[in-house]
Amino acid sequence: MLRFITYRLLQGIIVLIALYTITFFLIKAMPGDPFTGEKNIAEETKQLMREKYGLNESVFHQYFLYLKNVFTEGSLGISTSKAHSVNEMIGQSFPVSCILGLTALSFAIGLGVPIGVASAVRKNSWIDYSGMALAMVGICVPAFTVGPLLQIMLSMKIPLFNVAGWETPRDVILPAITLGLVTTAYIARLTRSGMLEILSQDYIRTAHAKGLPVSRVVCKHALRGGLLPAVAYIGPAFAALISGSFIVETIFQVPGMGQHFVNATKARDPFLLQGVVLFFGLLIVIMNLAADILTGFLNPRVRLDQE
Amino acid sequence: MSLLDIKNLKTYFHTRAGTTRAVDDVSFSIDKGEIVGVVGESGSGKSVTCHTLLGLLPQPPAKVEGGSVTFDGNDLLDLPSPLLRAIRGKRISMIFQDPMSCLNPYLTILDQVAEPILTHEDVTKDQAEGRAIEMMKKVGIRDAEKRARSYPHEFSGGMRQRAMIAMALVTNPDLILADEPTTALDVTVQARILRVLRDLRDDLGVGVIFVSHDLGVIAEVADRVVVMYKGKVVEQGSVESIFENPSHPYVKGLLACRPTFETKFRILPTVDDFLQTEEAPDGSLGLYERPDAEARLAELKRQIDTGGNPKESGQNESFLKVKDLRVHFTSGGGLLSKPHETVKAVDGVDLSISKGQTLGLVGESGCGKTTIGRAILRLVKLTAGSVVYDETNLADLPPSELLPYRKRMQIIFQDPYASLNPRLTIEQALIEPMKVHGLEPNRSARRDKVVELLEEVGLSVDHLLRYPHEFSGGQRQRLCVARSLAVEPEFLVCDECVSAMDVSVQAQVLNLLRELQEKRNLTYLFISHDLSVVKFMSDEIAVMRQGRIEEFGTATDIYENPQSDYTRELLDAVPRADF
Repeated sequence: MLRFITYRLLQGIIVLIALYTITFFLIKAMPGDPFTGEKNIAEETKQLMREKYGLNESVFHQYFLYLKNVFTEGSLGISTSKAHSVNEMIGQSFPVSCILGLTALSFAIGLGVPIGVASAVRKNSWIDYSGMALAMVGICVPAFTVGPLLQIMLSMKIPLFNVAGWETPRDVILPAITLGLVTTAYIARLTRSGMLEILSQDYIRTAHAKGLPVSRVVCKHALRGGLLPAVAYIGPAFAALISGSFIVETIFQVPGMGQHFVNATKARDPFLLQGVVLFFGLLIVIMNLAADILTGFLNPRVRLDQE
Repeated sequence: MSLLDIKNLKTYFHTRAGTTRAVDDVSFSIDKGEIVGVVGESGSGKSVTCHTLLGLLPQPPAKVEGGSVTFDGNDLLDLPSPLLRAIRGKRISMIFQDPMSCLNPYLTILDQVAEPILTHEDVTKDQAEGRAIEMMKKVGIRDAEKRARSYPHEFSGGMRQRAMIAMALVTNPDLILADEPTTALDVTVQARILRVLRDLRDDLGVGVIFVSHDLGVIAEVADRVVVMYKGKVVEQGSVESIFENPSHPYVKGLLACRPTFETKFRILPTVDDFLQTEEAPDGSLGLYERPDAEARLAELKRQIDTGGNPKESGQNESFLKVKDLRVHFTSGGGLLSKPHETVKAVDGVDLSISKGQTLGLVGESGCGKTTIGRAILRLVKLTAGSVVYDETNLADLPPSELLPYRKRMQIIFQDPYASLNPRLTIEQALIEPMKVHGLEPNRSARRDKVVELLEEVGLSVDHLLRYPHEFSGGQRQRLCVARSLAVEPEFLVCDECVSAMDVSVQAQVLNLLRELQEKRNLTYLFISHDLSVVKFMSDEIAVMRQGRIEEFGTATDIYENPQSDYTRELLDAVPRADF
């Protein structure tokens, strides 16, 4: 088990270096640099700024310098647009995104799994049809429609929540629902198809032949196998949820991480962009690993292969 | 009063394509301490009958249209589901066919074997597990205490089937429904499981409904036999009367078309030699004996006398020589770890086949027989050794020079369902190998060739544009034969090519292979686990065990005078219908 984790972490480092390399050269391929803008800045000032951020060195020097800083100091650099350390900026915004993402994920699992299971058990009934119709709506309707709708319904018509802002714990609910809706829908669909496949297996018939009540057959014999596709999806989905969403953050005025992705690109801010991309990559690597470990826990056949 | 009484049971499947009468007016009964064998081909309704008894069929599409199943004064078909559940797994339990797919891969063996006790009796988990382990020992699982907490994939096929049997017996049921319980097993393991079932009948007076397509097994284990065909019981009676003196033409055909150690036929009789079917306008089926059945059988017998064995004369030069063949597989391992273990699938095998002859390769599952077939065709990588085919060592040839040999050597796989691409029409599937090898100048010539091939294997031009799913298993295997013949090979590897078939279809395919061999002077490597079939097909036979040849000789020598203990054990384990 330990060896499996070490192996996967080493693999993760390679993935991250590749990710950094691609990001770095893509940024370099962009026309202009952080200091080309509408404002008229003197050429000398620009030159000084470039020197300050080490942007006048050769491309390869810059490439390895940043890599060295990441590995030796864990430093992701200084944002050229905000003049703050990227670490600090992520440190401030990530907890917000993390709480929002966790709530969204709990909502997605708590709603998606039961819908999926119920739809599979009552296949081709009204439960199945309405569950899957709901899931389809969840996938199709974009967050910028759902968010404002929730604001109108639950904040303005029925004043249950604040329209926007990030002050009280209640403020997490509306953005979490908006953020988690697509994930809920996918989990419901994956759970349904996973459960349907398991429920058609011969060993489910064996379980019925033993005289088990339907609820036992579903919960004990079918659920573990039926959840596997959803679990494999939840890993990366979780990473995406906790790394923030620009749209949801903008609608609900949440100071999360999603804004940095967009702002860094707009400002051609190389270090912030590299920093958030790397951080996001790291999250994905860790969450995939967690999903694999969970899969091994659910599925004894995979467990054996890893040892 | 009998233990279970089935009267006029009718189970139909209603689908969009129409109604299938899977079980059509079936009646039979079973007493305490009796084993009733239910025999029939796939689709005869034997499994559906079993599943109907316990209400295990998905409804819809299945629907019980009539009849009654009386067990202990209750009609199982009318019982409300909580009461039926109380009987399932407690008083009537079921052993399913495939122990691989019928055990839950996510739960331990112990968990699953103890489950029926925990469901039906008010006991603690420890007590239930204790009893489960006791029962596992009783059915022959060694080290049951230690191995009980393993998962199904850590058990071998035979062990899994025993776990399944333990699971069925653990609540001391009155009746066991065994649906093809030994079909997936090797003959030696099968013999042990049959013994367990007979002991249960004798010691505990358990009633067993034993469903099988294998007449030999039924003859060995059953007291009474029910023969089913297309949803109907065509004949029932004591095992002796059915096997010694069958009255229904279908049963006669079924018994005759199965090769046994004693078979002298050169071409096997088929069910069609005995039986004529007529469908009435209302969908019911009429079965009649052919008036000329006797004459047809006599004609087949005459062929033995005059035909003799035409291939024996002076063709003894070796055509294919395998020397010290080794194929090892390493499992596990990766970028950063060493390989875990080496499996010596084939470990030093010498073989030779003469032109126009058939070499039979028998052995139990996992003995390496399939690997040999694939190694000869270089479908797997050889670890060491040589395969000399027509004076060329194939083992040394670079892949680029293999193509001409691929044309000369072909293979027919076991599963005709998996080995035909479902998205190619028959025409496309048969033309493809010709294209690869650049045979026939143009499209229309290829098409003519395909039609010729189809006719040769007993299909017709109407089948050209159909897809594989529109064919029955036997027809598909004919297609596979036709496909391998498309490139005019000299040598065919038949890898368990009739194992998945019903005996009546098996007879047709075996006959086809025989006829083609004579017509085209083909050489066969005939791989099978079925000793009777190998005996029927082969001139010489190699018995394999754990990657090595245990014994090699002519077919008659091996069967009449086996030298090694293992061969003798194998031959003894084959169930036979001799009284």
